[in-house]
Amino acid sequence: MSGPILEMRGVSKSFFTIKALQKVDLTVYAGEVHALMGENGAGKSTLMKILSGAYRPDPGGEIRIEGKVARIEGPMGGRNAGISIIYQELSLAPNLTVAENIYLGRELSQSGLLARGTMREGVGPILQRLGADFTAATLVAELSMGQRQLVEIARALHARSKILIMDEPTTSLSAGESEKLFALIRQLRSEGLAIIYISHRMDEVYALGDRVTVLRDGRLVGSLDKPDIRADSIVRMMVGRDVSSFYKKDHDPHAKRDREVLRAVDLGDGRRVKGCSLTVHAGEVVGLAGLIGAGRTELAHLIIGATPKTTGHLELDGERIEIETPRDALDAGIAYLTEDRKALGLFLDMSCADNINLAVIGRDARLGGILDRDKAKTRADDAFSALGIRAPNPGVTVGGLSGGNQQKVLLSRLLAIAPKVLILDEPTRGVDVGAKSEIYSIIDNLAKSGTAILVISSDLPEILGICDRVLVMREGHLAGELQQSTNSPITQEDIMALATGTEHVDA
Amino acid sequence: MPDNSQAQAKAATAPVLPSAAEKQQRVRAMIRAAGMLPVLLILCLGFHFLADGRFFTGQNLGIVLQQAAVNTVLAAGMTFVILTGGIDLSVGSILAAAAMAGLTMSKMPELGALWLPAAVLTGFAFGIINGALIALLRLPPFIVTLGSLTAVRGLARLMGSDTTVFNPSIPYAFIGNASLTIIPGLVSIPWLSVIALLVIVASWLILRRTVLGVHIYAVGGNESAARLAGIKVWAVLIFVYGMSGLLAGLGGGMQAARLYAANGLQLGQSYELDAITAVILGGTSFVGGIGSIWGTLVGALIIAVLSNGLILVGVSDIWQYVIKGLVIIGAVALDRYRLQGSART
Repeated sequence: MSGPILEMRGVSKSFFTIKALQKVDLTVYAGEVHALMGENGAGKSTLMKILSGAYRPDPGGEIRIEGKVARIEGPMGGRNAGISIIYQELSLAPNLTVAENIYLGRELSQSGLLARGTMREGVGPILQRLGADFTAATLVAELSMGQRQLVEIARALHARSKILIMDEPTTSLSAGESEKLFALIRQLRSEGLAIIYISHRMDEVYALGDRVTVLRDGRLVGSLDKPDIRADSIVRMMVGRDVSSFYKKDHDPHAKRDREVLRAVDLGDGRRVKGCSLTVHAGEVVGLAGLIGAGRTELAHLIIGATPKTTGHLELDGERIEIETPRDALDAGIAYLTEDRKALGLFLDMSCADNINLAVIGRDARLGGILDRDKAKTRADDAFSALGIRAPNPGVTVGGLSGGNQQKVLLSRLLAIAPKVLILDEPTRGVDVGAKSEIYSIIDNLAKSGTAILVISSDLPEILGICDRVLVMREGHLAGELQQSTNSPITQEDIMALATGTEHVDA
Repeated sequence: MPDNSQAQAKAATAPVLPSAAEKQQRVRAMIRAAGMLPVLLILCLGFHFLADGRFFTGQNLGIVLQQAAVNTVLAAGMTFVILTGGIDLSVGSILAAAAMAGLTMSKMPELGALWLPAAVLTGFAFGIINGALIALLRLPPFIVTLGSLTAVRGLARLMGSDTTVFNPSIPYAFIGNASLTIIPGLVSIPWLSVIALLVIVASWLILRRTVLGVHIYAVGGNESAARLAGIKVWAVLIFVYGMSGLLAGLGGGMQAARLYAANGLQLGQSYELDAITAVILGGTSFVGGIGSIWGTLVGALIIAVLSNGLILVGVSDIWQYVIKGLVIIGAVALDRYRLQGSART
């Protein structure tokens, strides 16, 4: 084997007194997919920002690219050194064309005028190589998330990058788009690119990773080669302990449930959701699976009155209820955890305490609107200890917390209203492994205490791990229902067959 | 920022001694709370020195406070609006219309004593109209209030048939020109400033001690999340524009009492700009969700001190404009620098 394409030796980075990265080594070879794993805050982003040139590492370490010591400085530093990064939130300008985005910052000009034609021609072969189904002249705004990712990859190839870093690339992709991306990654690997693949998702790391490096608390824990890549060893390396009961289930998944809490009858919005009927019983965890775009989130929004219903109605505890706005839903005891906590859930500039209390301050208030600050403080403190929220105190702004802690803050807000029905939309998206298992046990405890829970998730192992019954949506319809039972547990194949509409042959 | 969160997580797990990071955080919080206050103090001291000790005299401070009063009241209303991420360009025109309405009322023999409530209610009514257009028809605040800036100005002129309305015997004229004596012969505060201060305190109570206040910050911080969290966003928006209109009406009353007269064409011209400037100087974020009413008070005082100080020092009217403008840009630039690295992710 030839020498490594990227070699980091003893790279550290501290912010004032905090050591975000301590003497980390990383060796990446051309033609390999190197998975980088670790909980949120383990130092993956810091490492990435050093390689992009956004951060300058502390003196003492060394970065070599193709054997030569490299100094990566300034926003173009990484790119000039042959490193391209595709961030989780894509960095494309939607109002520009594909070609303009690929040439962004390095536009071609002829006598001072933008050379649009030449730029388009320059991009063409790369798009072809990637198997793109759009042209260089397409506006990025018209592309799907998967296609946009392709544009990012094209941009990297166009810059002749030898190292491609991808940060959770499948977060916003559908299953089909993810499959295409994996095929492309394998193709790029065989063409000799080195790919550093950052992901929380174990199945992706299995499918793609040639080697795995795990970081924890800013330190290198170790690397595993392909034959040694196993879920239990990776999880143990990431959290530093055994996570044997990852999907803890204390409530009885097979209990006979006769108390129906929520019943939706023939719900539809005339566009994305068509005639969906479902029931959730007290103490039951019902999964809502389906491909991205199948209408799961839209169905949840219909239930809580965030979008108007054109057909159907809701029943709560056997009685018909009218829910026109999210306020009505909360008043009725139906709480919804959004899939997009930053855009639709949290108030990032407000304190954790304010975020936690937001839904109940009106109920707690005295004299028709004076805040009850003692009650608010007690509630925030209780939530901090009950859910294990890690922050200095409830007064800090929620924007500075990690994904997992932010999610717990948002969950605390919903739990404050003591909901009868809890709808959780992608409850562990962007949450690290440790917080994930904590959230699962919170869900489990809620079910045990009789809350009716509906979980929307694209993470199939998660659905199988925590749900008692699974509903599968396809193209706005409920395509089917699967019951968890002791002798024949639901499988991922069962769900995918319903979600994609293909016949599933039982073995 | 993940690094930041990691630091906080570490701070939480090791509660032994306040770490350096924690200390730093505390210092930063203090600087943030102090806001523009140091700038205000430096300006005062600087003018005192440059004007040979004529700034810190009882009489001059009274003048500064009186000059700051009306703008403080307008800026308090503007703070509510800007905290929701909106803007109210119509306060100057509303002030004029309210003053016209008040003066007209004050000349009616039986209803004269009710002129002040009439002015305030006039302002409130215009504010509610702004709010309804913004909240219910979902029109952009800039456009709606730009429209009412013009339309209400027209109505103000219409009310006095485009003349100046005088009333030398307007009831409660004391609020415009008299002072509240605290220590006889030594300390007194103009009634206008007392009103302004009460408005600030009331605003603080609403913003920080009521459910409504939390909802205002929430709507400004993240409107979609506020809606999903069950907040009646429309009601919050109508309230803030109603409040801004009401306070502009109060400002109109204060002006009328001070001048014994109002003119629909001239009164309150470009007052909205001073009010917005005070809010921004006070550190309230233009995109909403961040800011405090005390900052607004400091901002309004900075504007008044600048006007007063530059006159004391003898700077020409023309240069006053230039210097004021530069100070505003400089102060906000300083603010940006100060807030760098705060947790807005």
